[in-house]
Order: sequence, then structure tokens, then C-alpha cells
Amino acid sequence: MSTEIMSTELALLAIFLLSIFVGFEVVSKVSTTLHTPLMSGANAIHGVILVGAIIVADHSKTTLELTLSTIAIVLATINMVGGFVVTDRMLQMFKGKPKEKKKQSDEAGGQN
Amino acid sequence: MSRDMYDLIGLIAGICFILALKGLSSPKSARRGNLIGALGATIATIIVFFYANDGKALNNQPLILGAIAFGVLVGVPAARKVQMTQMPQLVALFNGVGGGAAALVAIVEYLKLGTDATVAQVVATVFTVIVGSVSFSGSIVTFLKLQELMTTRPVIFPFGRQLIALSAISVLATGSWVIASGGTSPLLINALLSLVFGILFVLPVGGADVPIVISLLNAFTGLTVAASGYVLENTMLIIAGTLVGASGTILTRLMAQAMGRSLFGTLFGAFTAKASAGSDSAQARPVKSGSPDDVAILLNYAQRVVIVPGFGLAVAQAQHTVRELADLLSSKGVDVAYGIHPVAGRMPGHMNVLLAEANVPYEQLVEMEEINPTFPQTDVVLVVGANDVVNPAAKTTPGCPIYGMPILDVDKAGNVIFLKRSMRPGFAGIENELLYDAKTTLLFGDAKESLTKVVSALKAL
Repeated sequence: MSTEIMSTELALLAIFLLSIFVGFEVVSKVSTTLHTPLMSGANAIHGVILVGAIIVADHSKTTLELTLSTIAIVLATINMVGGFVVTDRMLQMFKGKPKEKKKQSDEAGGQN
Repeated sequence: MSRDMYDLIGLIAGICFILALKGLSSPKSARRGNLIGALGATIATIIVFFYANDGKALNNQPLILGAIAFGVLVGVPAARKVQMTQMPQLVALFNGVGGGAAALVAIVEYLKLGTDATVAQVVATVFTVIVGSVSFSGSIVTFLKLQELMTTRPVIFPFGRQLIALSAISVLATGSWVIASGGTSPLLINALLSLVFGILFVLPVGGADVPIVISLLNAFTGLTVAASGYVLENTMLIIAGTLVGASGTILTRLMAQAMGRSLFGTLFGAFTAKASAGSDSAQARPVKSGSPDDVAILLNYAQRVVIVPGFGLAVAQAQHTVRELADLLSSKGVDVAYGIHPVAGRMPGHMNVLLAEANVPYEQLVEMEEINPTFPQTDVVLVVGANDVVNPAAKTTPGCPIYGMPILDVDKAGNVIFLKRSMRPGFAGIENELLYDAKTTLLFGDAKESLTKVVSALKAL
């Protein structure tokens, strides 16, 4: 392609601005019940800084760069993977599975 | 993989994140939403291996894979094993390390770009380093507060405001220095000062406001991820980071509203100075404490009982026992409901999560606005380990730290029973006048043990 439609800078700015509106919009009607899981889920999503950490680790030449980017990968992985797992655990509890319910009441009943 | 191909797949990951947040906003789709988010993050992580080094194996690939494996080995067990009570501080910790990672990414990319960096890139780098470092050290302090490794009260130190202002100015000054002259040392100094500022900034925040701060720092981290996406010219990072930044800001505002506090007031010291209005006068006043049998009798002859759970319920892991008690009362024909304050516990929605774990029927959980008008018709309110959210001082004592926060009007009910571990004030550190009221009965002890005793007493009636 010979002519670019938009300069990179401008395209990135457009993506940034539109994402702000999408971000505002998607959570504007959330009930208080879901504040914690939503915060935790959003927290996990910003763990994709892992991608940035991998990119800079690939570029790293000096020991300092390599050390810092390795630490960044570890931290970002903890954020991302741990974040999604902990959010899933919170949300599991919203699904009242009848099976578990029975098991608990059996346990409670067994003590009488 | 070509740049276009990479960006295209990155866009798919971005859409996954939008759908994830959308899904997380509604109870039915929440779990699926989280899984879609995880899918997006997995896609984004895998494809970068095919893109970053033009399709060849990455430089330092073994180290990269090893670091990821190590992160998984730390993160997954932590997330699996954590108890429901400790969930908020784990989220704070995860958020902090994410902010730290973003700051490190920006630093490394800055080192690599050297003098090739454009002014805009340097500005974005400085932004990421400052905000990421603040998020990191601030989140560590919130973690320490919630884990009660340090005091949950606001920490006031001499010349606090001046110190905070001074550190803020020095952060901005060193940031401008980096932008004006470049160089590695200025950036590292800037990062260190930002870490200090993060600590000073969160220390004076009172315990009850900590959740709002966590949410705010979460939004901050999102923005740093977006900024490092700009430095790396990575569309996916910009989308993901901005989404979190924007939705996190809205969420922070919603949480502040639920607590009846302005965001500004929370952050700039409305909680500072005197943290314990009226507590001096209340030290040695008599309270009425009862036995489990007294409580069982009160409950047994009530028409309507409202259970108000708080952090003490979470600490004692008493959610199953409280449900057993509620079921028992229902079977005796008592009308039972749970009054859920939006910020009971240590995070908004904490109680809902906890009670859902015990399979409490969703329709029994009544939110504050709906339950408040019913308290005058309620015979007994059973407050299980809650304090600040039922403290009338929020209405009657201007100047006390929680003044203006909407509360559950349990003082309008016929009788109030508090299950408490001790006379210690709540998380916000304020004395509760309701404890000394004539219609209040106190049952001291661990919430779970007390409830178990009440249940057996009730069965014996």
C-alpha cells in the first residue's frame, strides 16, 4: 500500500478515545453485588501487560534490561493468571448448585 | 506473522475483553464473561510469541517461558487457596504487581529506545513509571492494612500533608527532568520517588475507604497498561488498558456513591485527623449482654427477623451456620430476610459472594434501599459481625469519619442483637452508640460459635 489512511499516532489516539467510551458504557449499569468480581475481573484483564513484558524481554540486551523484564513477566503473569482464577472462584459461588446444597445440609443434619 | 495479522488477532483479544466486562456486569453472565476475558488474555499471550521476533523463536525464550511458569506457580495456588475473607487483599496485591510490571516494561523499553524515543513516547513512559509505581507501592500498603499486618486506622504522621505535597512535587519535577533531558538515572530516581509517594498517599486513608482506593489504583494500572501500549505501539494493550482504566473509574465512583462519600474527600484526607469521634466518653459504659438462650427466645417469638451480616461473618466463616439459623427460623414461620449493606465487609458485594457460597436464596438478600423502610415493622435485627454499616453516628454526628454514609436503619427495629467478638470499634475505628441502647443485646464471641449455640438453643425450645 502506498498511502496510509491514517497515521499510526492518530489511529492509536482514536483507539484510545473509543475504548474510553466503551469502558464507560459496559459497566454503567452494574449492581453493587457484582462490584467486587467486576473489579477483580478488570484487574485480571490489565494483566495482559504480560504481552508487553514478553516483547521487551525479547528486545533485552543488557543484564539490567533482562533482569527487569524477567521480573515484569513474573509479576504480570501473577496478575493475569491469578486474577482470572480468583475471579472465577468468586463467581462460582453465585451459582447455587443443588448438589452442593444437599451435601451441606446432609453434613449439618448428620450431627443431630 | 505480519504486523497486520498480529493487530487483527489483537483486536479479537480486545473484543474478548469488552465482552468480558459486559458479561461481568450481570449475575447470569458473569462467570462466562470472566472466562471470555481469560480466553482473550490467552490468545494475546500466545500470538505475541509468533510476532515479536518476526516469527522466529524469541530471544531469551527459555527465560521468558521460565518466568511465566514461575508466575503461574505463584499466582494460581494463591488464588486457589485464599479464603473468602482474604479475597480483597489478594485482589489488591494482584493489582499492585500488575502496576509494577507496567512500570518495569516502560523502563526497559525506554532503556532500549534511548535517544530514538519521541517526546510523546517519553511522556507516556514517565506517566507509566509514575502511575505504575504509585499503584504498586500503594497496593502493597492496602494489602498490609487489609491483612492487618499494620494498623487499619488512618496513619497520621507529623507534617503529613506537607510531606505528601513535597513528594508529589518531587515526582512531577523528576518526571519533567526525564522529559527534558532524558537519561537513565533520572528515570530511576523518578520511579523511586513515585514508590515513596504511593506509600505516603495511601497511609492516611482509613480502613473503610480502602476498597475505594483499591478500585482507583486498579483503574490507574489500566491506564499505565494503555500508556505502555502506546510506547510499544501495541493496539491490544491500548484497548485492554483503556477499558480497565475507564470502567475502573466508573466503578470507583459507583463504590464511593454506595458509601456516600465523594472521591475527592476519600483521597484527600476527610478521614484524616480525629478518627474516633466520641470514643473517649464511651469507655466504661454499661452494655447489656445476653446468653445464646436469650437470643434464641427473642428470635423464636419474632414475626420478622432481619439478619445484617458484616466482616465478622466472613472472619468466622459463619455463612453456613447463619443459613442454618435462617432456615430453622423460616421453618418455624418467622419471616427472615438478609439486609445487605453495599459495602459491608471489606469490599462492595463481599457479603453477597459469601452468602451465595452458603447457597442462601438470592431473593432473601435485600439491598439497603429496599430493606430500610421495613425496619420499623421488624421485631429483631441480628447483626452478625457488622458495625460501621449500622452505626447511627453516620447520621447523627457531623464530623465523624463515616458521617454521611448511608446506613442500615437497624435502630428503628424492635430489638437489636449484636454478635461481636469484643467491644472493639469497627473497621473505621468509630464507637457505635447503638451498642449501649436499651433495646440492644450483645452476644460476645466468635460469630460461628455463637450462631451454633443459638441454633441448638432454638432447636431445644
